[in-house]
Amino acid sequence: MSIFINNETRLVVQGITGRDGSFHTRQAIEYGTRVVAGVTPGKGGQQFDGTVPIFNAVADAVREAGANTSVIYVPPTLAAGAIAEAADAGVRLIVCITEGIPVVDMMRVMPFVREKGVRLIGPNCPGLISPGQSKVGIIPGAIVTPGRVGLVSRSGTLTYEVVNHLTRNGIGQSTCVGIGGDPIIGTNFIDVLSAFQADPDTDAIVMMGEIGGTDEQKAAEFVKAHLTKPVIGFIAGQTAPPGRRMGHAGAIISGSSGTAAEKMAAFRDHGIAVMERPVDVVKLVRERLGH
Amino acid sequence: MNLHEYQARALLKAAGVPVPDGDVASTPEEVEAIARRIAGTVVVKAQVHAGGRGKAGGVKLAKTPEEARDHASRILGMTIKGLIVQKVLVVPAADIAHEAYVGLIMDRESQRPVFMVSPAGGIDIEEVAAKTPEKILRLAVDPRYGLLPHQAQRLGFFLYDDVAKVRAAARIMEQLYGVFMANGATLAEINPMVTTTEGKVVALDAKISIDDNELDRRPDLAGLRDETAEDPAEVEARRAGLTFIKLDGNVGCVVNGAGLAMATMDLVKYWGGEPANFLDIGGSSNPEKVVNALRIITRDPSVKAILFNIFGGITRTDDVANGIKTALAEFPVQVPIVVRLTGTNEAEAVRILQGIGMTALSDMDDAVQRVVKLAQEAA
Repeated sequence: MSIFINNETRLVVQGITGRDGSFHTRQAIEYGTRVVAGVTPGKGGQQFDGTVPIFNAVADAVREAGANTSVIYVPPTLAAGAIAEAADAGVRLIVCITEGIPVVDMMRVMPFVREKGVRLIGPNCPGLISPGQSKVGIIPGAIVTPGRVGLVSRSGTLTYEVVNHLTRNGIGQSTCVGIGGDPIIGTNFIDVLSAFQADPDTDAIVMMGEIGGTDEQKAAEFVKAHLTKPVIGFIAGQTAPPGRRMGHAGAIISGSSGTAAEKMAAFRDHGIAVMERPVDVVKLVRERLGH
Repeated sequence: MNLHEYQARALLKAAGVPVPDGDVASTPEEVEAIARRIAGTVVVKAQVHAGGRGKAGGVKLAKTPEEARDHASRILGMTIKGLIVQKVLVVPAADIAHEAYVGLIMDRESQRPVFMVSPAGGIDIEEVAAKTPEKILRLAVDPRYGLLPHQAQRLGFFLYDDVAKVRAAARIMEQLYGVFMANGATLAEINPMVTTTEGKVVALDAKISIDDNELDRRPDLAGLRDETAEDPAEVEARRAGLTFIKLDGNVGCVVNGAGLAMATMDLVKYWGGEPANFLDIGGSSNPEKVVNALRIITRDPSVKAILFNIFGGITRTDDVANGIKTALAEFPVQVPIVVRLTGTNEAEAVRILQGIGMTALSDMDDAVQRVVKLAQEAA
């Protein structure tokens, strides 16, 4: 199978008539995603490309078109409101692609999303794709192929680079998930790792992290404690300069500098095979799967 | 975006937080006038985005207005951690009885604003946190309800025994929380928060960082940006919609996406080279961005070769190729360029590049090895 999305996914696109929303809706439809509705307030009753009904509200799309998943392409200052609307409308998964949402807006909307029991992926993420089934977001369909490796990443194009190596070497993927690089995100590494662990059709997991924060270190501990499937990891930013740090609160709260070296060491200490280069993913996945 | 101390102080003051008298100045004469008005011993403090100002000689005590002017003439124009001091803050010297630390941060893990306060304030607060964590109280605020009165009071009681000081501190906590949320801060710190010998609680120094995503809808905050405190190339890049950070190496890098940009720099290092910069042209397709990127990178004389690493998704690789073509027609590029591109509209991009006598590689390792070799040969 796959995680989070599959061929039962019925997608509503918030911001379907915008520049990014319309482009990626066409790409998703071409890939085979069931796009059942779009939302642009004021354009309710119209059709997108003559095939997808447009509604004024997500609740209408859920009720009248049976949408169960939403993808958001609305501008940054409206995006947190769009997340809340989708959570209120009763979809079970929200994927927010929008980059640049003020962090205060995310802090305010997250408790609401959790209260509603909805999963949010992102914001500021490329979305996810279950090859051969459904594509929600902007990961190019051409670089993935169905298979049994799960991938989770904080990056966008770096994910494409790694997936491309897998695909070109005949290693398919169950689902590729971009969780986003913002300080406040709805779904973290641990959430995705546990979903892959529970998915009978995922055999190995590739985890792509970056410098900053402590999410990768916590994920490494989780892998050691709870995962039986092999995990291969990468950290981008070994040569990144240390940021011009301000104040003391950041260091006090995390107790960590969040460097690539620290994160790679945490991976190794917890049994995760570490890629030195993106291309290493092929060799390490094969080794860990005994191919 | 980091605010200067004098800017942070102004935001706190407007919210009612007690701050010392004083003012900001950019000439020794202004400093003298402020010191004369304050009438007493003053402190002249360099306004730069760097820690350790005191140790670098950027903070000086002056007993007379003349002495303040002399200090200012040395501090203004001095370089602290690579940054030139353009402004100083002049404040009365405080009679300090006690120094506390108050920090409020947007915490990724709890996804809430978290207070951290300690009665052991001052410059060694990180050591306090590491060695005596019991001297720091953490309190997460639910943004739906804000800082509740009993929470503010609990923070106050952690710092002081005297109930008048507790109440004064609690009021400051509420005001600080208000400033934090109203301005989209990611960090707001009062360090030290002092009690004076008269028993007053005062914010002696403050640091505030504003979330960059807040600036589009808040021109008032965006106007606080001090571009003289930044690298000119980084300022130019930001105006062009690029993220650029100058580094010490000689391989210029133009990449789409921050993660891939970092991985590209890492790979340059892996193959024995040194990246000259981090440059992310972002997700959208725009040939003009590529032209600006090349203009900024080629201005750096230490750059001996340039690598484009583009994985087309939203970014169309033909737009990037057109950008390279336009740039080369507009201004001469004296160093070799290696282009790696793959993904959206790749065939068209290759055709455009061939039209101007360039080839495109499709493998990242191949491209990085080639550019590193070219940079080494030229160096």
